[in-house]
Amino acid sequence: MSRSDIQSQLDDARAGPPTPSRNPGMPLDLDWVASVCINRSATERRAASLPRRRPIKRAHQAAWQLKAVSCIDLTTLAGDDTPGRVRRLCAKAKQPVRQEVLELLGAGPLGLSVAAVCVYHAYVAEAVEALAGSPVKVCAVSTGFPAGLSPFPQRLAEIGASCAAGAGEIDIVITRAHVLRQDWRALHDEIRAFRDACGPVHMKAILATGELGSLRAVGQASLVAMMAGADFIKTSTGKEKENATLPVGLVMARAIRAYRERTGVEVGFKPAGGIATARQAVEWLAMLKEELGNRWLHRDRFRFGASSLLGDLERQLEHHATGRYAAAFRQPLA
Amino acid sequence: MTIDDLYRSMEWGSAPESAALAEAWLDARGRRLLPFVNGTFQEPVDGVVFETHNPATGAVLGHVAQCSAADVDAAVAGARAAQPGWLALGGHGRARHLYAIARHIQKQARLLAVLETLDNGKPVRESRDIDVPLLARHFYHHAGWAQLMETELPNAEPLGVVGQVIPWNFPLLMLAWKIAPALAMGNTVVLKPAELTSITAVAFAELCAAAGLPAGVVNIITGDGRTGGALVKHPDVDKIAFTGSTAVGRSIREATAGSGKKLSLELGGKSPFVVFEDADLDGAIEGVVDAIWFNQGEVCCAGSRLLVQEGVAERFHDGLRRRMETLRVGDPLDKGTDIGAIVSQEQRAAIEALVQRGVEDGAQLWQPQAAVPTEGCFLPPTLLTGVEPAATVAQEEIFGPVLVSMTFRTPAEAVALANNTRFGLAASIWTQDLDRALDVAARVKAGTVWINCTNQFDAAAGFGGYRESGFGREGGREGLREYVRPTWHAMRGASAEASATPTPAAAAPALPTIDRTAKLYIGGSQARPDGGYQRPVFGPGGERIGEVGDGNRKDIRNAVAAARKAQPAWGAASAHLRAQVLYYVAENLGARAADFAALLSRMTGASADAATAEVDASLDRLFHWAAWADKHDGRVHATGARQFTFAVHEPIGTLGIVCPPKAPLLALLSTTAAAVAMGNAVIAVPSADHPFAATELYQVLDTSDVPGGILNLVTGDPGVLGETLASHDDVDALWHFGSAEHAATAERLSAGNLKRTWSDHGHPRDWADPTQGADPAFLDEAVQVKNIWTPYGA
Repeated sequence: MSRSDIQSQLDDARAGPPTPSRNPGMPLDLDWVASVCINRSATERRAASLPRRRPIKRAHQAAWQLKAVSCIDLTTLAGDDTPGRVRRLCAKAKQPVRQEVLELLGAGPLGLSVAAVCVYHAYVAEAVEALAGSPVKVCAVSTGFPAGLSPFPQRLAEIGASCAAGAGEIDIVITRAHVLRQDWRALHDEIRAFRDACGPVHMKAILATGELGSLRAVGQASLVAMMAGADFIKTSTGKEKENATLPVGLVMARAIRAYRERTGVEVGFKPAGGIATARQAVEWLAMLKEELGNRWLHRDRFRFGASSLLGDLERQLEHHATGRYAAAFRQPLA
Repeated sequence: MTIDDLYRSMEWGSAPESAALAEAWLDARGRRLLPFVNGTFQEPVDGVVFETHNPATGAVLGHVAQCSAADVDAAVAGARAAQPGWLALGGHGRARHLYAIARHIQKQARLLAVLETLDNGKPVRESRDIDVPLLARHFYHHAGWAQLMETELPNAEPLGVVGQVIPWNFPLLMLAWKIAPALAMGNTVVLKPAELTSITAVAFAELCAAAGLPAGVVNIITGDGRTGGALVKHPDVDKIAFTGSTAVGRSIREATAGSGKKLSLELGGKSPFVVFEDADLDGAIEGVVDAIWFNQGEVCCAGSRLLVQEGVAERFHDGLRRRMETLRVGDPLDKGTDIGAIVSQEQRAAIEALVQRGVEDGAQLWQPQAAVPTEGCFLPPTLLTGVEPAATVAQEEIFGPVLVSMTFRTPAEAVALANNTRFGLAASIWTQDLDRALDVAARVKAGTVWINCTNQFDAAAGFGGYRESGFGREGGREGLREYVRPTWHAMRGASAEASATPTPAAAAPALPTIDRTAKLYIGGSQARPDGGYQRPVFGPGGERIGEVGDGNRKDIRNAVAAARKAQPAWGAASAHLRAQVLYYVAENLGARAADFAALLSRMTGASADAATAEVDASLDRLFHWAAWADKHDGRVHATGARQFTFAVHEPIGTLGIVCPPKAPLLALLSTTAAAVAMGNAVIAVPSADHPFAATELYQVLDTSDVPGGILNLVTGDPGVLGETLASHDDVDALWHFGSAEHAATAERLSAGNLKRTWSDHGHPRDWADPTQGADPAFLDEAVQVKNIWTPYGA
């Protein structure tokens, strides 16, 4: 890579938000998958030192927290979801931070909203209706979420049904057995089939990293998912024992970088599960900026899958705005 | 900038650490940093002070005393007076004090970190997260060793007063490495910080006083090299511990030669950072950041020589350049700064000159485009690719944020390049293949090897060099040896036992001469002395009883060459095999015990009983070291979670031994067998007075499967031969049991390649007493400790 190549990448990285694009995927490259080397201790050291190396303070911190809000896929994936619950979530998605707080911060003109509302198929139509006219997308978890073990035709049909109901994004889950058995061909074929079923709708591939056994497997599965055409790769369903951790995120972000270097295609990233504080959110953004550059600090390339994160961000933003520590009961419920 | 702008730009912003408390601390002392002598802060006797600066801004931080010889005298006297009381506190009492120091460090952690950053220019993130926590950790760890000294080192006692001189790159951390083990073992110290960075040493002295440390136990004197020189040469100092440049280390070696002062040196490095094609390349790139852009590259063990396998070199360099673009150079007090200020304009100029030299030698230079402050003393991270091993920048320590890169083809070539240096401080190896990692770790010549990590430090692991990176270890059990001596030393006589050559008797000998013309024993066969001369050997009455070869410089040269050739296979052989060979020597010597006893009687005039006793003791000694061959185990240090830190005992390599004049058979075997048992190849100069004990041994060695070149015996003048061994750059260590005068000369000459030396400085040793003749120190002196850090995780 010449200096001008690097410079152009950096210039790209400093440029404004990217235009949304699709990942066309590529044929499965087994040599590439086999060559993946991940050292856990080195990865963990980097993950541990990065937040300490990149403190974000004061006004910058507020701006980064606002950015975090804009990247949230506000999620409800519980057995007791109801239409009412989903409508309330959608209302919060459109106005994630109290307008008076935004005005005090000088962030009124941003038109802040979260990126998407993430629900089961059963509530897609409800959400689409509630969010009509807003920039907030509706995202459906699909393909037998969370285990992904329902009959294959049924999983494809589920994607089709959610797209037909108006979902703008589909979060699919992979068959973990394919990774655990290193059957990359099967994994590639499966995700490719899901991608085809999505048609024009953006697809995020949930790797369920907490069930893959090693960081190397996470790196390999990330590559295969991208080769199969995933527009985003996503860490977790939120139902595994281990959720999104920074070391796992680092491995996936580096896979995204390697894929971009090889193909020129920029795949998005969505950590999900376990990110509940403003501090964690800013650490994730710092990791993204450091490893992938500013182009990933935008919801076209980055999402948080989260439910309780928004509440903490809102409290911290209120503190920035007023100088007083906030109380949770003062924030409108999601 | 409005929040809207910040939201769009998503820049980092600054995160400054306040210097207000540190500045107030300096103001409260009138910006005058005084030496701490015998429990009080005193104006220097001569009243001379000099400015100390913040390298990031050029601002004067305060004035530091230029201590004179008189100040050094006072400090040493204070330390001397305090030492008996400090020792008398006992291990538990000292442990309480060291624990109190550790607690006080933690209470003052932020102040110490900010002062360190102001004075040195290092990023406050590093002083806060690395230097100061390790400082406290070192005192905690050694509080433990103080507590355990009586049980774990039952035959050891402190040296007395220790003089310590430390560099400017890690002022507090190096202070801890020096002071904590010295105090734990019952010594008192006089420490001189570097003249560029004296502030935190004075702050530490205050902290000691506040923690209730008795007066005189820790003394801090400030000043430049003249002050250090006065300390090094002070006659009432028992040991010198130095960390700094190889050049100064060499001069300290020369200055202390023959003084009897124990010495440990931690010097320069040009440590390899080896990246194999099956490494986690992204992880290794972060490793490089930690290796060479930690502390502005001003790190003795910095991974400054990148060796990357050819097939992945381009990809790795690309990744590295990309990563370099995101490094932030600037205000050390900003918590988001990666690379702070270079310590001084002189240092910056020296670094720039070497970079220039590298470019002139044909290297390609890469520096990121990110801004570097123009005010203050800063340098961008720098990568030099296409560097050949012959280039200056591949050989010389740059001590700045400059990485030089070379490629290799095979693991063997990686090892050859890694070892192609005068230094041997550290190495870092990156591969996901554990076999390969351990193979290279075993073969690389370095005191510390980091596998898939770099610049990891912990008080529980020893740190120190091979080759011209110095000798001695700091940290861990192995580091304690530098601050103790065997209790029996105190009992030994003060008089030197010179190797007096008996005057030839005028009277004709009563006995017929033994008509044998003993040669030398080199490379497993008998060799005529190069010069063709013989030396007469005289009996107890001064009668001439025969002749031995008069070895010269070239015989030593030949013997060293034979030893060098034979050592790798011997060192790599199983300890079991080495033990078997030594047992076999004993077996064959035993078969000729009567011959040897008669020979000893004839040479030395010893009674038949005494001579038989020496032969018996020699057999015992051979069994003793044979027994130890497979038992001088290394350790696994408890350095941290989820990693093994193996402290491996490796042979030193080629070892010269000048034998004492007395106990010609027993001393020869006590020394050489220990060295050989640990895997070294030996060039021994036997007793000049009674050399037949050695020459008669040739046949025993020939019949005992001792591989050629492992034990070479060169008879002759111990002065001349000792000097040749001392000044031979391919001799890795020298044990000198000859006269004080010869030992002093040898120590001085050893400065050439900074080989390890061990000497009794002419004090006689009772070889028949197992405490002295089978001293455990023989084992420690026959090995060097390599700490291999091996983190793991699936």
